[in-house]
Amino acid sequence: MKELLTLSLTGIFTMLADMFNLRKLVFPLALLGLAMTISWSVYDWNLSQRIWGMMQMDNFALGFTIALSSIALLWLLMSEEYFSTMKAITDRYSLMFFALTGGLVMVSYTNMVMLFLGIEILSVSLYVLAGSNKTDLSSNESAFKYFLMGSFASGFLLFGIALIYGITGSFNLLEIRASLGKLPDTSLLNVGMIMLIIGMGFKIGAAPFHFWTPDVYQGAPTPITAFMATAVKTAAVAAMCRLFVSYFPLVSGVWLDIFAVLIIMSLLLGNIIAVMQHDAKRLLAFSSISHAGYMMMTIFSVDSESNNSLLFYTVVYAIGSIAAFMVVYLIQKNKGTASISAFNGLAKKSPLLAISMTVALLSMAGIPPLAGFMAKYYVFVNVLQDGYLSMVLFAIAMSLVGVYYYFKIIIAMFLHEDTEGGEVKADALQTLLLIIVSAALLLLGVLPNLVYNLL
Amino acid sequence: MITVALIFFPLVAAFVMLFIKRQQAELTAFYLALAELGLFGYAATQLSSNPTALSLDVNWLPFGAHFAVSMDGISFLMVLLTTLLMPLIITASSSGYYSNRFYALVFLMQMALVGVFTAMDGFLFYIFWELALIPIYFICLMWGGEHRGRITFKFFVYTLAGSLVMLAGLLFVYLQTPGDHSFLIKDLYTAGQNMSDEQQGWVFWAIFIAFAIKMPVFPFHTWQPDTYVTAPTAGTMLLSGIMLKMGTYGLLRWLMPLVPMGWKMWGNTAMILAIIGIVYASLIAISQKDYKRLIAYSSIAHVGLIAAGLLTMRTEGITGGLIQMVAHGINVVGLFFVAEILMERTKTHDITAMGGIRGVAPKFALLFLITLLGSVALPLTNGFVGEFLLINGIYQHNFWMAAVAGLTVILGAVYMLRSYQSVMLGETKQLTEGFKDLDTNETTVLLTVSVLVIVLGVFPKPLLDIVAPAVEELLQVFQSGLIK
Repeated sequence: MKELLTLSLTGIFTMLADMFNLRKLVFPLALLGLAMTISWSVYDWNLSQRIWGMMQMDNFALGFTIALSSIALLWLLMSEEYFSTMKAITDRYSLMFFALTGGLVMVSYTNMVMLFLGIEILSVSLYVLAGSNKTDLSSNESAFKYFLMGSFASGFLLFGIALIYGITGSFNLLEIRASLGKLPDTSLLNVGMIMLIIGMGFKIGAAPFHFWTPDVYQGAPTPITAFMATAVKTAAVAAMCRLFVSYFPLVSGVWLDIFAVLIIMSLLLGNIIAVMQHDAKRLLAFSSISHAGYMMMTIFSVDSESNNSLLFYTVVYAIGSIAAFMVVYLIQKNKGTASISAFNGLAKKSPLLAISMTVALLSMAGIPPLAGFMAKYYVFVNVLQDGYLSMVLFAIAMSLVGVYYYFKIIIAMFLHEDTEGGEVKADALQTLLLIIVSAALLLLGVLPNLVYNLL
Repeated sequence: MITVALIFFPLVAAFVMLFIKRQQAELTAFYLALAELGLFGYAATQLSSNPTALSLDVNWLPFGAHFAVSMDGISFLMVLLTTLLMPLIITASSSGYYSNRFYALVFLMQMALVGVFTAMDGFLFYIFWELALIPIYFICLMWGGEHRGRITFKFFVYTLAGSLVMLAGLLFVYLQTPGDHSFLIKDLYTAGQNMSDEQQGWVFWAIFIAFAIKMPVFPFHTWQPDTYVTAPTAGTMLLSGIMLKMGTYGLLRWLMPLVPMGWKMWGNTAMILAIIGIVYASLIAISQKDYKRLIAYSSIAHVGLIAAGLLTMRTEGITGGLIQMVAHGINVVGLFFVAEILMERTKTHDITAMGGIRGVAPKFALLFLITLLGSVALPLTNGFVGEFLLINGIYQHNFWMAAVAGLTVILGAVYMLRSYQSVMLGETKQLTEGFKDLDTNETTVLLTVSVLVIVLGVFPKPLLDIVAPAVEELLQVFQSGLIK
């Protein structure tokens, strides 16, 4: 409860700040709000408080709340510069906080209504954020696409919720879980769950419901893209994991096969299409589809390890993405484009940027000793222990494809000469952020237990 | 604890190098490498008197991965090779072409290599194994020659693919360990040896392929010649002198004792591949005009013989293989350094364009000859001891295999001596007229190599004594798995 209040109140305060001429306070206030949310979550650890039967702040919810807030904290450091160049900043800060509030609801719901509300709070804020660069056509296009596709997905989700309500007579997931074994006829339940999977699949950008991702990622302002790829993705996958692993494990026979299809398609399409991209943002968008596949693999193993490996995977992926998008943002600001050739010669001109980018990409590619390797390792071993050898082999082969396209950027940075001049520079805050993020990826690679066994 | 220091001192050195100015980089790197060698010297004094001081085993990750390192005779020999070659490679690459970052990567590489050779835990081994790939990739990418982007990437993906298959194999064995599972080598041995014959066969290939790519063994060698030629000479020395031994060492430590029945079923097939590689690479080497490429192929031939000897799982074959790993490491570094000297002065690798260098550079001619003879395995050079034991081991295993593998002695002499003849002897050509003799740095490197060639050829006994007990122990573990 305290976490929810802190986040939403910070959102409201930042919105009001402009009115009272307190713009300078917005950034510190935002940092403070996030820090307080983290502290409350630590304080509430193991208490598992219930909130009016609608939400439960169990360790899963708190763990992901901490993860979301920390990601948002890093993200704020990254995008501070972007915001400060804008005229109206406060509404963007507050929208970010409202999105986080939605994310918090999405990781702590015990009621399907709350699931839907959380997703909507998050999504509506994001629709606006994606279009926040009013003068840029592609930003507008991105927002519009995102809105259309997103509301379509919400429709599916709502339909699924309605069907499940129809057959079980309740929105409360705990009651639904209890009644699952006693259902006379499960055909409606199956249809409802397929609808839920489709709706959630849209939100996390899993193939074959991924078509919005590349355009939206590319069109939205880079910091907003980073927010989508990190905090939003974390919240959406966590919501999915909570729904299926915590509440529907009894009927896993129904949804496991569908999940398998989604996983295979996400890995295949995400990786193969990413190979053909020439734009770094688009490449990262497709790679995020493939990562959605790996994240869904954690849900696929349906056991206590699922939560842990998902938390670890999302945190590691988010940290890597923050670094990658930070560098993409700086390049784009400097050269006006995020095509891969814009990275040429970065290693000579700005070694720090090149090295952080390399660390982030190697981590996403899953090369030891970086954290991304441990994340994939946990996922693969958990699935392997359930006996799905062929899926793991397929995933390993696909991560090898991943190496191919991530290295396109690395090769551009280290091998090619820069043809057009212009120095890419990071300010002090950004430098600090890049160092923190790279160090975190190394540290979590060597000592994954700092995060892994929390839940 | 000393082993841990040996692993992490290079990491510290890599950090230090980041903050050293370019002008002082070479010298600092050299001293740091010497310090590591000194540390190793201290470890050597403990090997027989106090072996427990060399090992450490602490829990690392809760799923049964330990930070377990230790050094027996086999590991000792490999670490000796690594720490010994490192100062040589650094001296050999002190032409001012490389920056401090290059040496940082070299030290990072050394850390991973020492880790690979001393890890006694499957997971740790894998991490170090992969870690070794990253610095060498960047060394080749940033300082390499033509087409380096494409070629080094092929190398990277090729080796990474092999490693991932190996990881799958190791994981399979790991999941057979009882209880909460463990990656410790002795637990893996037990679990691996208890698997059914068919499972062992699968695991054998999964792991063998990774090692075969690294060495490389025919038909997994296609990345190697291009990579060796394109890489900067220091990178080639690292690749051929030390990194290649990760594969041969792996065969011995992480394959045969792990799945003895797999070896029984497939060992001969693997040996035949290795022996095909010997003849095939030698024949290509004979027809090479590019000196660096010639040595690259000769390396495939030599390592094929080593692999075949190790795969016999006989005392002679293994001991010979180990000695030959050290000898080959030393010789190939010398030969690639010669390639660098030739390239620097004549701007070409084409041996037919050269000639008569002996007349203008007598010092170079002598030291080159000694290094070359070591590689040809003339008696009283370091190459002879290993090659003799290897062929002896293969002969006890199978006469025909030994007969074909023995061709390497003749073919090796052909391509090596032919290259010497066309580079050093004959008429002095316009290209080689002004060939300067060796400067101090170059003399130091080649002289050290030559001394090692002769000393290890005349007194191989200390090395043989060091490895003997470790080889015995390894064979015992292996045999116990076969009897089951």
